[in-house]
Amino acid sequence: MKFRATSAEQDLARQLAWSRREFLRTGAAMALGSTLLPGGTALAGVRTKKRKVVVITFGGGARDQETFAPEGQENIPHLMRELIPQSAFFTQVVNRGILGHYVATASLATGVYETINNFASLPPENPTVFEYFRKDLKRPSTDAWVVAPSNGFNRIGESNHRAYGAGLGANVILPKHLLTAAISGRSTDYDHLIRDNYESPLFAPDLGGSEFQLQQLEMMLKLSVDDFKSHALTLSSPDELSVYVARRLMRQLAPSLLWITMHDIDIAHAGAYSLYIEGIRRTDRLCAEMWKAIQSEPEYAGNTTLFILPDFGRDSDGDSGGNGFQHHRTGDALSRTTWMMAIGPGIREGVVYDRPVQSTDLVPTLGSLLGFSPSLAQGHPVAELL
Amino acid sequence: MLPRDLKPELFSGYPPEARKLVDNYIGVLRRLPLSFLPNLLREAIEFDYRFPPERKALEQELANLNSLSAEQFAGWLQGFAQIHLSAALENLDWINAPAQFVEQLSSYLWTTHQLDAFRTAAVAYAERLRTAVKAEPPALPRLGITVIGQGVESYDGPLFRKLRPHGAYYSRVDQEEGLGVLLEVVAARAKANPAPYAHWYVDGGRAAPSDPALTTVSYSALESARAALLAKMRADIGRPGMGPEALRTHLAQLRPVDLGVSPGDEVLDRFRVKMLTEGSGTQIFSTTFAQWTAREALRRAQPITLLVRFAPRQRQRPMNELLSASSESTELDPIGSLVDADMGAYYNWLNQQRLPGADQSAFLVWFEGHGHAMAIGPTTPRGTTSSSKTTLRDLARSLF
Repeated sequence: MKFRATSAEQDLARQLAWSRREFLRTGAAMALGSTLLPGGTALAGVRTKKRKVVVITFGGGARDQETFAPEGQENIPHLMRELIPQSAFFTQVVNRGILGHYVATASLATGVYETINNFASLPPENPTVFEYFRKDLKRPSTDAWVVAPSNGFNRIGESNHRAYGAGLGANVILPKHLLTAAISGRSTDYDHLIRDNYESPLFAPDLGGSEFQLQQLEMMLKLSVDDFKSHALTLSSPDELSVYVARRLMRQLAPSLLWITMHDIDIAHAGAYSLYIEGIRRTDRLCAEMWKAIQSEPEYAGNTTLFILPDFGRDSDGDSGGNGFQHHRTGDALSRTTWMMAIGPGIREGVVYDRPVQSTDLVPTLGSLLGFSPSLAQGHPVAELL
Repeated sequence: MLPRDLKPELFSGYPPEARKLVDNYIGVLRRLPLSFLPNLLREAIEFDYRFPPERKALEQELANLNSLSAEQFAGWLQGFAQIHLSAALENLDWINAPAQFVEQLSSYLWTTHQLDAFRTAAVAYAERLRTAVKAEPPALPRLGITVIGQGVESYDGPLFRKLRPHGAYYSRVDQEEGLGVLLEVVAARAKANPAPYAHWYVDGGRAAPSDPALTTVSYSALESARAALLAKMRADIGRPGMGPEALRTHLAQLRPVDLGVSPGDEVLDRFRVKMLTEGSGTQIFSTTFAQWTAREALRRAQPITLLVRFAPRQRQRPMNELLSASSESTELDPIGSLVDADMGAYYNWLNQQRLPGADQSAFLVWFEGHGHAMAIGPTTPRGTTSSSKTTLRDLARSLF
């Protein structure tokens, strides 16, 4: 029987964080957060009721060697040159939960390491950030939205928790599903936008929950089915379609809490390195597009914090139990340790923080920023952002 | 059912060699924790179809466990004994379906947050085993050759970036004789050092004519098996209650005959089919197939010679469409395939270096049809570049 050998996990995670810091210090001229005094200006001057948050998560992380390391920086020019210098960057975000994309995204959205079946159409078991936000702040349903990649994510907006749940969650848009409905399966011109869940490309759970319907396209997004179809033809990937829909949402409904989950990078599961790199480059470009959209939309400019974080990492080349970039199955330090950047008014710019934070810290941090109490979340607010 | 209740007759469903092996070690098997034992049985039940190094490793592992004192035994397995399992897992037929048990165990460990504890136990066990059972060096230094870029007319991007620090880069390689020279080199090694499954030729497209002394696997030769597999997958998906785990389990149980493979060398046939049924993306991208096959050949058969030639894969389309295996002509992506193969070459080298005798191993990668190559060997200067004229034959010869 063969088992792989690695160094101590914590040492590896620390080493990874240190490497990221050094890469960013030299590649993006970032300062080390621990050398700075605690911040006191966060969101000063931004009125609480207008505060907005956009969260972008990647389903399928990218490794440092293809991103932040010197040889990888060519793949993320927008992050390196535009976003990271304006952001507070956390080099060590540890995910101690299950490394499957749906369940990991559910963990990010609840602040609790969820244990639901990654491939089933199930809601999270703990209240989501959307439910805390809407219940505590008495916000309407139009103020919290999720744009997600595949059918598997259709339940992400609302938990089945007794104290929250039904009617308190976010609206969920599955752009691929929407497009499928719009074309009624009659055209092959859109196939490149209706790609599958790469973790398990053959399966898409049945839909359920509060899914956005085709007829709402025109009513809520002021977008005719024909215009939607025409614009979709100009796009090259599912994530581009997601960003297009997200921008439309921002323009028409300006939700205060908008969560976008991208998925193009996860083509890595098919084992083709060139397609994985293409996914990274596209995601880099789309993140910058979203930040530009935030700055150019009057409802968002100057009062919006953008969070960008992968749900987890990918296996290292050094772990013989995996197959390098292809999967995230080993549970090793690299596959568990990812990063997060926060950018927006009141957030220190160009600062790197080394201390470990957890995936479950995101929801409490959003709670502190927006003014709600995620009482059942396990994580803690990230003090450097408050 | 717990390990302490094991009896030889419970293994009547095992193939003959596997049954004999289990009979010999039934005493020690009874003492193993359930979180550990099915991992071992997963290897044992396939014993008759394993390559020689795998058989030897399993026998050595069992012999080692059998030789431990009670105190040593407890120390070696302590981490596994502390893993808590559910009654549902205990009730599974882990004797006859150990792979399915391991799959469900993995899921259970994730959901009960015991994966890290299992990992720690596994790493500690592997370290002890590595110390106790010394790996033997190969009969002669290993040679790995990887050929990339078939069908690419020109490419200006950097190549071999991951490998360059480890060897010498040659920019003026006379490649007139091309692949034929490399096939001659590996055939000569196979004839001079004959051993079962010791010299391999893996091709991501149609295999070039090669010496029968080589163990050959090609994507093209598996075309009908691949089509049969995709048809089965599509049929399975429509069945009620079928999910990703169930499909995976079903695929893992497929035998060569189930995919229309004519009976031949059963060990090799099973290996070939597993590349399709257990690989991810191997069913659709030939570059993934070539890389994964090389990885598995190295891990399992530990060849002393391995030639891997990548071929252009089909262009990316939606996954459902790729899996449909339509008869329409397939558009190829030579440049994307070159990038895939460049990384694949690095992985081939990494996986070769994980085997015994790594300090004496040699590796050659060549951009097919072009004058670029890299050589890595015990005496090759590292991180160097040569613009002197050389030939593929001389490069290969210089490595062993």
